[in-house]
Amino acid sequence: MNEILEGLKAASWLVLTFDSDLVEITLRSLQVTLTAVAIASLIGLPLGAWLAVHRFRHRRATIALLNALMGLPPVVVGLVVYLLLSRAGPFGVLDLLFTPTAMILAQIVIVTPLIASISHQAMRDLWASYHDLLISISTRKRQRIATLLWDGRRALITAALAGFGRAIGEVGAIMIVGGNIEHATRVLTTAIALETGKGNFDLALGLGFVLIALAILVNVTTHMIGRTESEGKW
Amino acid sequence: MTSILPLTLSGATVKRGKKTLLGPVDMTVSPRGFTIILGPNGAGKTTLLRALHGLEHLDSGSARWQVPLRDARSRQGFVFQAPVMMRRNVRDSLAYPLIVHGVRRKEARQRAGLWAEKIGLGDMLDQAASQLSGGEKQKLALARALIRDPEILFLDEPCANLDGRATREIEAILQTAQANGTRILMSTHDIGQARRLASDVVFLMGGRIIETGPATTFFHTPSTPQAVALLNGDIVE
Ligand SMILES: Nc1ncnc2c1ncn2[C@@H]1O[C@H](COP(=O)(O)OP(=O)(O)OP(=O)(O)O)[C@@H](O)[C@H]1O
Ligand SMILES: [Mg+2]
Repeated sequence: MNEILEGLKAASWLVLTFDSDLVEITLRSLQVTLTAVAIASLIGLPLGAWLAVHRFRHRRATIALLNALMGLPPVVVGLVVYLLLSRAGPFGVLDLLFTPTAMILAQIVIVTPLIASISHQAMRDLWASYHDLLISISTRKRQRIATLLWDGRRALITAALAGFGRAIGEVGAIMIVGGNIEHATRVLTTAIALETGKGNFDLALGLGFVLIALAILVNVTTHMIGRTESEGKW
Repeated sequence: MTSILPLTLSGATVKRGKKTLLGPVDMTVSPRGFTIILGPNGAGKTTLLRALHGLEHLDSGSARWQVPLRDARSRQGFVFQAPVMMRRNVRDSLAYPLIVHGVRRKEARQRAGLWAEKIGLGDMLDQAASQLSGGEKQKLALARALIRDPEILFLDEPCANLDGRATREIEAILQTAQANGTRILMSTHDIGQARRLASDVVFLMGGRIIETGPATTFFHTPSTPQAVALLNGDIVE
């Protein structure tokens, strides 16, 4: 018990003094996750809208596949990306294994289905209410998708935030493809796993505080976006 | 530019599964006039208007405009029974159809402002459309349908739930539009409104046209017992 209290005290100290290791690891986490979420959003958000508007033969199967991909165990994603990027793998020549880029790739695979799926649900509901109007105004297909994306932007930001929440706390996949290398691929979650194992509770807890703060920030933002929606702002 | 009218509906039916919602219906919409569609709940008024506008798939028969369908669609307006409000403010809701059809943003927003004045929403330009009152929503939907000067305007009970004043305002807007050359087809349950506005009448029951003709004939010498009953204020079903 005493050990934990000591740890908490030391952790607060690390956070309050902007400990250089802690800052470095936090920034890398943000860089990897934000990049991955940005790219996953660029793919997932329009994909969701497109699935909501476009009728094609294997649409149901595609949506089912998307929902299934959402449930992919991150560790398995990590394994597959590892095999693809390893020396012997098809993309081995790129020499990406154990780099932040590899971690970004793994997170994109994990997060894109989630973002696309949330986007699809939101866009489907919006399309149900806009359908007749947009047909009546004789909009073109691309205009319809653009309109849905713009008018549903709050839901889409929420989808991206959900993706961020998932990615920032993910550990399995990025541990495998990143390798948790100090000053290179160490991020919040992998560092916490390592420092805990080493019995370094103060740094582990300090990193944990940062992670929790980020998670709370995401939730509060999501909640506030919901409020502007119901109040009809922007 | 050739007119999109007359529109000819021949042998048109709309079905849902085995149930026939409409038809077979034959009708011609001439280039001028104000057609009122009457009929009890479930008669098929909404279905007929949607079929004319091309929102319902015809299970048989055809709807023929004078120009290709894609052209014809963009020169029509439709006001739905339950107004569809976009997640935008009043100004952007009104500007939307203009922007979709290539009007520059600045000009579109300007014209939106003018229309908002016309319908009495001039000081609500920045208000979210979803927060307007029922009557304000109807007026917004009407202005949005008229803002591109359609050759034909369909309205599905635009004054249901409105008070006398709002109804008068909407009727005035419609009469101006008609005077400017817009062909109007509108459904209503309000016989008084039908008498005020109609140049001709389509009387529907059970998805079929029971009686149709010039308004004066319909109101003074109706030829079917159902029409007589309707005009007497009896319950028609
Ligand atoms: N999706 C649907 N599936 C089955 N039946 C339907 C569907 N939509 C409409 N109907 C039926 O079609 C008939 C005509 O409906 P419609 O909405 O055209 O009537 P209406 O004359 O507009 O009625 P109201 O005055 O109540 O608006 C009704 O009996 C209705 O129940
Ligand atoms: Mg109706």
